[in-house]
Amino acid sequence: MKLISVLGLLTLLSLATAVAAQEWPYFVTYSHALEEPGNLEVAFKGVQTSPKDGSPFSSGTLELEYGATGWWTTELYLSGQHTSNDSTVFTGYRWENRFRPLLREHLINPVLYVEYENLNKADHSLLEIVGHDSISDLRLPNAATRSVTERELELKLILSSNVRGWNISENFISEKNLIEPEPWEFGYAFGVSRPLSLTAGSKNCFLCRENLSAGAEIYGGLGDMDSFGLEATSHYAGPTVAFNLPRGPTLTFSPSFGLNSNSVGMLYRFKVSYEFQQIFGHFHRGAK
Amino acid sequence: MSRPRFLCLGWVLLAASLCGAADLGWMKHISEADRGRTNPYTKQADAIAGGSRLFADHCAQCHGGDALGRGKKPSLRTKEVQQAADGEIFSLLKNGYLSKGMPSWSSLPEPSRWQIIAYVKSLGEQGTRQSARPQGSQK
Repeated sequence: MKLISVLGLLTLLSLATAVAAQEWPYFVTYSHALEEPGNLEVAFKGVQTSPKDGSPFSSGTLELEYGATGWWTTELYLSGQHTSNDSTVFTGYRWENRFRPLLREHLINPVLYVEYENLNKADHSLLEIVGHDSISDLRLPNAATRSVTERELELKLILSSNVRGWNISENFISEKNLIEPEPWEFGYAFGVSRPLSLTAGSKNCFLCRENLSAGAEIYGGLGDMDSFGLEATSHYAGPTVAFNLPRGPTLTFSPSFGLNSNSVGMLYRFKVSYEFQQIFGHFHRGAK
Repeated sequence: MSRPRFLCLGWVLLAASLCGAADLGWMKHISEADRGRTNPYTKQADAIAGGSRLFADHCAQCHGGDALGRGKKPSLRTKEVQQAADGEIFSLLKNGYLSKGMPSWSSLPEPSRWQIIAYVKSLGEQGTRQSARPQGSQK
């Protein structure tokens, strides 16, 4: 729990001199929106749940997302979790890169996602569901899982559209264990969302529609190369809502409902994100 | 190097080369349909005030609070920008100019983008850096 608290505290401390980011209220799904060049977004993403026949746990991930160029965003994740009646563990890191191969806006905008993961099996961040991930993975004690490290390569094809204020995003996920001779695993995520107001009012406001966006997400596994499909894996769906505090952080919340017996009944997800503007802005070219 | 690692490196290089190769001038690729679009919020004080708030949140970080540019980021109060058709600026906001560091603002709803354009146009041309406020600004 200490690790989670420290990560959360670091994030809160970082809120002093930054502004809210413009982003869609997704937890698993990616859209084609990249970080603005030179900006650094600091976020804390948490998930809390109580799996049936298992111990309740809280997982926290600190995210550092940097806009390297207009078409390339790079991100570092540090994850940990606390399981009740068990222990608190650091579970590892991820390094992610997203590229926009098409430099103009289209009806469907592809983004290529490449991630290297170095995580132990105690990781419960649930940032994606792939292969045959299921509730049984979440019941194992930390002592049995924290010593097993997995190094994995994750590739995603992100397809995303902005239409009449709506964002519609589809992700196809593939993951390969780089140590064990396991087959490629697959997963999916789909999200749709919209700001509650399409225009900005003439005056500053706090709890008004223009600061809120809402949507829904569905995500889950698709088995692996040897047994592709929706069976023997977990699936979740739920509404999601984000609140952009004026000149403050963005708060996002989603209850995700498990859709089959391999899933946890309910995941409570939350995120606090903040954007530091133009951290290394002088390295970036201007558009003349 | 193991095969999966080689594959990872290959993906990164392929994506980077695809992106780097497509450096396009934004003005060259504006469709006639986009160029001809008109701003529904031109000279509307409330919309301009809303646009000034959006500008402060999303644009001022690079272009400066007075839109006169910052560092290598260009001024939006030059003759070229102020006399550009609203549809041309709208196309730039929608597509960005990713190879030159200008992000796409397609995640902002269309009406919000028109508000920003109305605000920028309300500032007028100016060659020297000094503070400027639009008609109806609430800042």
